[in-house]
Amino acid sequence: MSHDHHDHDHPHEHLTTADEPVVAARVRALEDLLLEKGVVERDELRQRIDWLVSRTPADGARLVARAWVDEDFKTRLLADARQAALELDVDPGPSPVVVALENTENVHHMVVCTLCSCYPRALLGPPPDWYKSLPYRSRAVSDPRGVLREFGLTLEDDVELRVVDSTADIRYLVVPRRPARTDELGEDALASLVTRDSMIGVAQPLTAA
Amino acid sequence: MSFTPGERVHVSSRAHNGHHRTPGYLKGKTGTVERVHDRFLNPETRAYGEDGTPAQRLYLVGFELGDLWPTYRGGAGDRLAADVFEHWLEPAP
Repeated sequence: MSHDHHDHDHPHEHLTTADEPVVAARVRALEDLLLEKGVVERDELRQRIDWLVSRTPADGARLVARAWVDEDFKTRLLADARQAALELDVDPGPSPVVVALENTENVHHMVVCTLCSCYPRALLGPPPDWYKSLPYRSRAVSDPRGVLREFGLTLEDDVELRVVDSTADIRYLVVPRRPARTDELGEDALASLVTRDSMIGVAQPLTAA
Repeated sequence: MSFTPGERVHVSSRAHNGHHRTPGYLKGKTGTVERVHDRFLNPETRAYGEDGTPAQRLYLVGFELGDLWPTYRGGAGDRLAADVFEHWLEPAP
């Protein structure tokens, strides 16, 4: 595309690469419009992006590990995960309500957002690409056991599977089951077993080395 | 019309031309209220530059996967829950 003759007063040319995905151009166009219309300030946008990419699943893992070693904390986490996160000095993010869902011997939860990509970003970091993909978003609600098998997790028939479609303002975090033979491990070692995928509910936590 | 946990509810099957947070696969289905959440600003008007008031009550509604998909081949107890705003719910007939 030639820009030799453009006559609008665009302040600058964007840096682009030839193999850039189409969506990147679309995002920039939206960004420009939001700035132009004064919906957000550029620095505010930068701060939000920096905050988002600074988040990691380590924060979610801390909550889970604490719940594994402290039954009272687990009760508080399941009652109000936002408040429980604040208790551990973990930033629960802008969502007003975070709900923790406990996996047990009999019940397994997995989370999806069929409408877009709602995800507890503050506690898990940016969502993986597959979480935002159409195949995951459609199949997680119609063939969840098949999806789990593709992630390497085969549930027993008598385990009740509960898919949670995160359609609105609530963010959901799965509290996976504590792996066997971890009685000797401290909280930090336990936290290192808690993977992102186990807190989405598509995997079990790692097993102790 | 407000609902309490355990109550059977029907998700309205009305069409809605514009942004809304009720997934199509749940429209016309019957489920059970599992949790009563807070009220939240209405995404259907917020999406178009309005302030989203009055805030709408949000519910976590549970469904049997076998009720959602006639060909579902999973465990008989497999369930799905989704957050649905009150103005999309009716008492189950």
